[in-house]
Amino acid sequence: MIEAKDVRAGYGKEEILHGISLRARKGEITTLIGGNGSGKSTLLRAICGFIPLTGGDIAVDGVSVKDMPRTELARKIAYLPQGKNVPDISAGRMVLHGRFPYLNYPRKYSKEDYEIAGKAMEEMGIGAFAEKQMSELSGGMRQKVYIAMALAQQAPVIVMDEPTTYLDMEQQLKFVRMAGRLSESGKTIILVLHDIPLALKISHRIAAVKDGRVIKCASGEEILESGVIGRLYGVDVKSVQTDAGCQYYYEIE
Amino acid sequence: MGNRKRGRYLLLCGVILSLAIAAAGLCLGNRMLTPLQLFDILRGRGESVNRSILLYARLPRTLAALSAGAALAVSGAVLQNVMANRLASPGVIGVNAGAGLGVTLCCAAGVLSGIRVSCAAFAGSLITVLLIFIFSRRTNASRTTVILGGVALNSILNALRESVAVLDTEAAMLGMDFRVGGFSAVSYSRLLPAVLLILCTLAVLFTFCNELDVVTLGDETALGVGLPVGKYRMLFLVLSALLSGAAVSFAGLLGFVGLIVPHFVRRLAGNESRILLPLCALAGAGFVTFCDTASRLLFAPYEMPVGIIMSVIGGPVFLLLLLRYRGGHRYD
Repeated sequence: MIEAKDVRAGYGKEEILHGISLRARKGEITTLIGGNGSGKSTLLRAICGFIPLTGGDIAVDGVSVKDMPRTELARKIAYLPQGKNVPDISAGRMVLHGRFPYLNYPRKYSKEDYEIAGKAMEEMGIGAFAEKQMSELSGGMRQKVYIAMALAQQAPVIVMDEPTTYLDMEQQLKFVRMAGRLSESGKTIILVLHDIPLALKISHRIAAVKDGRVIKCASGEEILESGVIGRLYGVDVKSVQTDAGCQYYYEIE
Repeated sequence: MGNRKRGRYLLLCGVILSLAIAAAGLCLGNRMLTPLQLFDILRGRGESVNRSILLYARLPRTLAALSAGAALAVSGAVLQNVMANRLASPGVIGVNAGAGLGVTLCCAAGVLSGIRVSCAAFAGSLITVLLIFIFSRRTNASRTTVILGGVALNSILNALRESVAVLDTEAAMLGMDFRVGGFSAVSYSRLLPAVLLILCTLAVLFTFCNELDVVTLGDETALGVGLPVGKYRMLFLVLSALLSGAAVSFAGLLGFVGLIVPHFVRRLAGNESRILLPLCALAGAGFVTFCDTASRLLFAPYEMPVGIIMSVIGGPVFLLLLLRYRGGHRYD
């Protein structure tokens, strides 16, 4: 479980998060929504310990991220960044680096590491592309490699910043199912999504972030009823019952 | 062929080729030695004239060429990865020039050999690397700007070195061989501390291949898998400066090898450091030793500085490579 209490953080002298509190529970998907520049990605960076906190605290299973060595933190939290490099290495090697937090002397990946990385690639349907260079893959494929890398990390908490970017509709649906499976297996999932209907559909809890503060954190139904989405985006999201359950949409004029 | 198998195959080829070039360097010259004679001398037998030629002229020279080639090529590959720029190399961004200034100042102070020369070269290259690093971080400069800044620094440091050489007779003794790079005046006293330093640095770098790869993934991805990027980037820069500083302390300002060898190896073997670094070491060692042997033989009894031969052979090969694979690096 991740618990952020009154977190203040930013870049240099500029404070972006003005006292955010958030709780992401084990076995649940918690999604951050909000406009561009509202502080969602900064909160994820703070959770992963990439930026120092100027106030408050963030704890993973009761242990403050401030007290955790970086390798230990990487074993607890896997992070999928928003802007991604295109490194000059093969997809297989890239996923294998997800095992980096477990690397011991003599600093070589073990047979087990190779097996875990291979399984993660199979799960993302990119096993056949292991030998391909990252620069030869499409944006969607690269995204899958990054997700497979996060899976290979085998951390109890997975933090993903806009994971569905670059994915086509089929792959988005596969991602949704995979995220569901991961949360059912007991992992804590924290996502940043701009696709609000998707966020409402897959999340156990949604935190609406505005100007560096969480203005509401509740279930999808409560978020929808509260009208907070309209306040964030100026668009109302509606729901309709179908055979496949509750579906969400917004109207384009 | 899979990447791992191909890597092993290339490494084996590299070892065989480098050994063959080194053996040729030891055997060929005004007085030719057969492989059998070479073997005899290395076992402590053979004619005394042949022994003297081999042990006091050709062996230190071949050792120097092998070590300088390996050090500069690996230093170039590491710089390219850490700075995320394929144009980075110790010769281009002023790291060699910084080492050269260190050695020149050391000579001006009356110290011409030993560990102090290696230390001065290392200090010069390290200060240059740190200056470039601080410049790139503080100004958030683009990759091209960092290289251009390095080129400017290279020019300034070379001018300073030349000025010291003009004003001081001891430093002027370094002469032409140092400016274009060469091994004709190499001695064991200058070579051995530097070779030891190179071997230790290479051993450390080969251990941290995965860390070097993770640094290239980008700051956030690297942090996300638990690598303290800033610390490791600094470590790699220091190790790279150690390699170039040690090489320059006895080989002079050998340019080019730190740029073309990593490029050539990347084309052959890809960018994974566990294959790239050892193969760069082998290819760099083989290339410089080959050029040094050619520099001794081509115009015998005269000797062409090895730096010139390297540019004459390496330049066209590099251009051919670029033309053949143009457009290959879309994301550079």
